[in-house]
Amino acid sequence: MLAWTIYISFGGALLLMLLPKGSVRAPRIIALLAALAGLAIAVAEFVKRPSGELVTVVQVSWMRSLGLEYHLAADGISLTLVLLTGIVAVAGVLFSWNIERRANEFFAFYLALIGGVYGVFLSFDLLLLFVFYEIAIVPKYFLIAIWGSTRREYAAMKLALYSFVGSAMVLIGLIAAYVVAGARTMDLVQLSQFPFPVHFQMWAFPLVFVGFGILAGLWPFHTWAPTGHVAAPTAASMLLAGVVMKLGAYGCLRVAMMLFPRGLDPWGFHVLGFGSWREVFALLALIGIVYGAMVALVQKDFKFVVGYSSVSHMGFVLLGLMTLQQIGLDGAVLQMFSHGVLAGLLFAVVGRMVYDRTHTRDLAALSKMHLGKVLPFAAATFVLAGMASIGLPGFSGFVAELQVLIGTWRAFPWFVVIAGVGIVIGIAYTWRAMQMAFFGAPSNSSVGAATYPAISIPERIGAVLLLGASIAVGLYPQLLLRVIIPALHSPMFDGLWKGGVR
Amino acid sequence: MTASYMEMWRLVAPEVIVVITALCVLSVDLAWLRDAEPRLRSTVATLLSVAGCAVAIGWILRAPLTASFGDGVLVLSSVAQHVQIVLLVLTMLTVLLASGASFTRHISEYLALMLMATVGMMLLVSTQNLLLIFLSLELLSLSLYVLAAFDKRSARSAEAALKYFLFGAISAAFLLFGFSLLYGLSNSTNLSTIASTLQSAPLDPLLLVAIVMMLVGLGFKVAAAPFHFWAPDVYEGAPASSAALIASGSKVAGFFILYQVLVLGLAGAEGSSAWHGYAAGWMPVVAMVAALSMVLGNLVAITQTSVRRLLAYSAIGHAGYMLLAILAHTNQSFSALLYYAITYALTVLGAFGVVAVVEHEAGGDTLAHFAGLSRRAPLVSLCMLVFMLSLAGIPPLAGFFGKFYVFASALNADHGLLWLVVLAIAMSAVSLYYYLKVLKSIYVGEPADEALVSVPVVQQVVLGLIALGVVVLGCVPSLLLHWL
Repeated sequence: MLAWTIYISFGGALLLMLLPKGSVRAPRIIALLAALAGLAIAVAEFVKRPSGELVTVVQVSWMRSLGLEYHLAADGISLTLVLLTGIVAVAGVLFSWNIERRANEFFAFYLALIGGVYGVFLSFDLLLLFVFYEIAIVPKYFLIAIWGSTRREYAAMKLALYSFVGSAMVLIGLIAAYVVAGARTMDLVQLSQFPFPVHFQMWAFPLVFVGFGILAGLWPFHTWAPTGHVAAPTAASMLLAGVVMKLGAYGCLRVAMMLFPRGLDPWGFHVLGFGSWREVFALLALIGIVYGAMVALVQKDFKFVVGYSSVSHMGFVLLGLMTLQQIGLDGAVLQMFSHGVLAGLLFAVVGRMVYDRTHTRDLAALSKMHLGKVLPFAAATFVLAGMASIGLPGFSGFVAELQVLIGTWRAFPWFVVIAGVGIVIGIAYTWRAMQMAFFGAPSNSSVGAATYPAISIPERIGAVLLLGASIAVGLYPQLLLRVIIPALHSPMFDGLWKGGVR
Repeated sequence: MTASYMEMWRLVAPEVIVVITALCVLSVDLAWLRDAEPRLRSTVATLLSVAGCAVAIGWILRAPLTASFGDGVLVLSSVAQHVQIVLLVLTMLTVLLASGASFTRHISEYLALMLMATVGMMLLVSTQNLLLIFLSLELLSLSLYVLAAFDKRSARSAEAALKYFLFGAISAAFLLFGFSLLYGLSNSTNLSTIASTLQSAPLDPLLLVAIVMMLVGLGFKVAAAPFHFWAPDVYEGAPASSAALIASGSKVAGFFILYQVLVLGLAGAEGSSAWHGYAAGWMPVVAMVAALSMVLGNLVAITQTSVRRLLAYSAIGHAGYMLLAILAHTNQSFSALLYYAITYALTVLGAFGVVAVVEHEAGGDTLAHFAGLSRRAPLVSLCMLVFMLSLAGIPPLAGFFGKFYVFASALNADHGLLWLVVLAIAMSAVSLYYYLKVLKSIYVGEPADEALVSVPVVQQVVLGLIALGVVVLGCVPSLLLHWL
């Protein structure tokens, strides 16, 4: 059943491509139906699976002579992320209800991107995973370059090249792994059991991890993220921050860490105080958390605040992965879901609710507009989303970041302090943006003169959907953890738990 | 002796059919259609050529054979025959794409030359004899020189042809010199005899000279750096369909014969091109040519504004990737090479078809002329999207699988080739930039005028078929691979 998420998305994209031009309503309805179908399948499968063990969906031979297979499967981690994709996809369509220029192409690229993302999360053949991973690059480019705003062509090209350089690094590691393992299979489950030589893992791990990490916003390779998010149209930035960055994090976990666990072992010597790749990447993630937060604190553009906050929050995912503690990894996967939902919501408020009405994202200009009174729904949504993203208990962000911090406490005690500083700065920038955008000081002239179209029904539904997901997970994290924890304990991750030092 | 001649006729029957077709195309036009209107003449000539190619394909399919004749003069294997079929298909597609062209009134002569070039290519893949290799290369090249010059009203076409001819003549001389050295060393023109003679002797300095000479000659044919200087000008100046044939069919045949000469004829003189594991032979030379082609082709393509020149430089880059498969020289890498060369030929043929459409409509081939094409010709733009992404190596298109297969088979054959594989993957990341530039112009740029472009049905169908082929071969590579 899950495989249909992919087929429906690509089928919808194809249908929209072939649709005659001119119609504005039909494309968005088709897109909404396709996204809803995807979400329905994801929810149904999620409910149906009592635990998160690996279940194969499709497995047929694709290239017999090379041992390649068309192998779709899902474990708890995949299920969680497929669910996230479904939610964000539906919300994204709802928040692009006002797209009128070249609407069918817009939604065609949109659905193609969604299809690629579903494909990555469900692939259990390494080459197939890579195929879907690359399919997702092209629609992103066009979504930004055609429908974007600020410096869109530059941002789109930067994003495409960063992604492609990352995937080139992944491809090198992938072909090398394939050849080293005897060039007979690309099956992730089988490869994860293959004892790759340690010296091979020592260079393949960082290569593949950085390759995927580029898309996950790993500092210092994150610079595509703020520019890309800002230039993208609302739905595209929701997808970029919501699910595309998760592709990178997912790849780090599923490919780099699962196949090359010994790459995390100590080198046996120290360079500049680092004793292993694990320490190097943990520090980079930590820098990402603090750096992203600090830069977000001084932005003038509302959307850049959210853009840099994404870098900061993705740092928690990567830090959680590097803890190699049960609780840290749980937190990392949970944070992928949480940040996906919340970043989507934040971008929706900034891009659709505010920018599409006021046509400015300058915080100084917004602070004179009394948006708190003019657009109360937008203000309320942003306050809730902001609270959730700074980690207030009751929202998903709290559970996720707390788990990551506990894991970090066990692995790198000192890092917790710095990560804590990052969280405090996070409160500061969210507060600042909220204050300036919605609750600015009333100026004397023309108080509340501007009126904007009210927040439409689709926007309200989208906001409720995303907020609901965050609150549900925040109040009852077991909902996701019940599938994530067994998945992390499957034999595929044995290497990770049994590695040298752990 | 008569039986032997009969045998020869049987082996070259497909080529004979194509030659007869060429003569028919010429004579029908000369005898009956001299005064007919150009449209009719062009239609008849096109139909005849396509029919002739189809008959030749049917003949090969009906009576597949594995045979060898003379001293390696004709060696037919199933792979060679399948490549012949591919070459015929490529020619058919090129002929169909050329059918709407208006650069000449002598369309029958143009198509007859194209068929002669095809005969050259077909012979090239079915021989292992130095003499016949040289003769068929010359037949191919001479036809291509004329095809490049065929737009008599264009000074650029003449310039391109002259440049092509001069470079070609010199490199043919190099090739012949290399062959004669090889003959002198081994006293044979048969590749396998040469290999067995050379294997028993230590590496002769003269052999190294011969290797370099032959690489100059064949490197010109496949447009590998530093023998590439003709390519940008010819791609830019020649009529679109001539350039398409030069870039597609001629490339496939060129790589096939390069592989044969190096791997069959110089078996035992490979040497090694591994990082820190250098040993004299043909591999180090080919590795250098490959590395240079990848770097130079991809970096220079970035700065191009003419799409034809961009395709030319990207072709140089692609030649570098394909040389990687020759370096691996295993059976697997041979089929990887053929898969890559064939899908590349198909893709670039389609790309030239789109360039021809744009030139006809907008009067030029710079990126500005492509601006906003997606609004004016959606189908053609979609095809170009497929072609460019396939050339950039984005899955699930054929270009991606070709790259994956070549790189995997190269690494599988020799771990020492890792440095070249890394370079190749890095360079293909660079290449996305300039392919995206073309697509950006098509999809993001604003059209100068909004009217729909009327593209002839034949071109649309052919382009659509090629694009479909690129997609299908990428998704199900075994369709082609089990033939190779």
